[in-house]
Amino acid sequence: MAPPPKRRPGFSRRAQYSLFAAYVVAVLGALLGLLLLLAARFDPVGYAALRGVVLDATTPISAGGREAVDGVREGGSAIGAYFMAASQNRAMRAELERSREALVEARAIEFENRRLKRLLALSEQRPERIAAARLVGSTSATARSFATLTAGRAQGVVPGQPVRAAEGLVGRVIEAGRWSSRVLLLTDAGNVVPVRVARDGNPALVSGLGDGRLEAKPLLPGARPFRRGDILVTSGTGGLYGPNVPVAVVTQANDDRAIAYPLANPARVDFAIVEAAYLPPETPAAGAAPAAATPAGTAP
Amino acid sequence: MSRIIDDDRALRRLMWRARLVPIVSTMAGSLLALMPVVSDVPLLPSFGLLMLLSWRLLRPEHWPLWIGVPLGAFDDLIGGAPLGSAILLWTLCLLALDAVDSRLIWRDYWQEWLLAAASILFCGLAGLFIAHRTGGGGDLKTIVPQLTLGILLFPVTARIASRLDHWRLGL
Repeated sequence: MAPPPKRRPGFSRRAQYSLFAAYVVAVLGALLGLLLLLAARFDPVGYAALRGVVLDATTPISAGGREAVDGVREGGSAIGAYFMAASQNRAMRAELERSREALVEARAIEFENRRLKRLLALSEQRPERIAAARLVGSTSATARSFATLTAGRAQGVVPGQPVRAAEGLVGRVIEAGRWSSRVLLLTDAGNVVPVRVARDGNPALVSGLGDGRLEAKPLLPGARPFRRGDILVTSGTGGLYGPNVPVAVVTQANDDRAIAYPLANPARVDFAIVEAAYLPPETPAAGAAPAAATPAGTAP
Repeated sequence: MSRIIDDDRALRRLMWRARLVPIVSTMAGSLLALMPVVSDVPLLPSFGLLMLLSWRLLRPEHWPLWIGVPLGAFDDLIGGAPLGSAILLWTLCLLALDAVDSRLIWRDYWQEWLLAAASILFCGLAGLFIAHRTGGGGDLKTIVPQLTLGILLFPVTARIASRLDHWRLGL
């Protein structure tokens, strides 16, 4: 049905005007939203102060409930473990055998490594640890992958610092409030991490697919460096992420791409460590480094 | 269970309640995004949007058209989306629903669900587009479960809104 030619809430002038004003305000509000979005596109760190305050105010809500959720999840996996006990036991025995061999191998390699390093007189650079905090929540309703961390500027956390867990890299800080901060997870499509294949040292880039998986692309064109089961570790290229932090395991090697899963599952990681942003020891080719090697992607 | 209101203060309280309940319940929907679950897949729909649509479809005249601006700003600040996205998308939804309302003669349950589904799809897809523009976001199929869940949950939130409506009006 065609709309009636004129919509009048009655003969009252006041009602007519206020209806019209509501339309005007709504359209102006939509335009304001558009402007804010454009501002966010071109100036991603705008409103950082406002967002920081809101983040601080809302983090305790998430933090308080986290224990209960963990309890429920633990219960769920305990029931699952009961049913899977026999097959799991066998699989773990086999794995233990394999890892024992690997451990011996690793000890030998470590010894050799130490010897070679002494020869080169390299000093091991340990990144400075800024804070250890809990991951308490994530923004599950948007298409981005953010998580909330219970440490902020008061603990020395500033945007740009890498966040890792014992298992591997988690992401990097993009917004910091006073007592809490927001972490851009590895699985976000805007997070690009320079890595290398642990097996042979081939360089690659890892970016999120937005659905919990990662995609690895080799830096060298035409290379096919990935095999199923490969571990990807950070290379430290371009700074920010320090070298040799485990990132992901390759689960599916396609032509020259690979699908990988992050080693530190943010849903299971409880404690995360914020480290100082890594600065490469010497940067002779800092200007000539390819743009892709720097962690691309802008914070929103 | 209607009762006679003889007290002036009780009446005033009732009026405040009638005005605040829709707003507070929508903001509570936005706050659900803070649930203490860290997941790397967008799974939960925006409950703020669901509550907004429920109230809007239940009581078309209750809110002024611009209510999407403050409520959207709150949702943006809580949810971590770039500030402005929910302001824009929610207000566009409300404007579109207003245009549809002036064309429809009557509305029934299924039409309401259809309108809500269209709004949820629009907001989801436009939100993904905005996420892409601001340097992130994933594939289209990553938000499919979220959108499906949102559309399926709309009848639930509509029921919640109507329950709250009864309570807020003291019926």
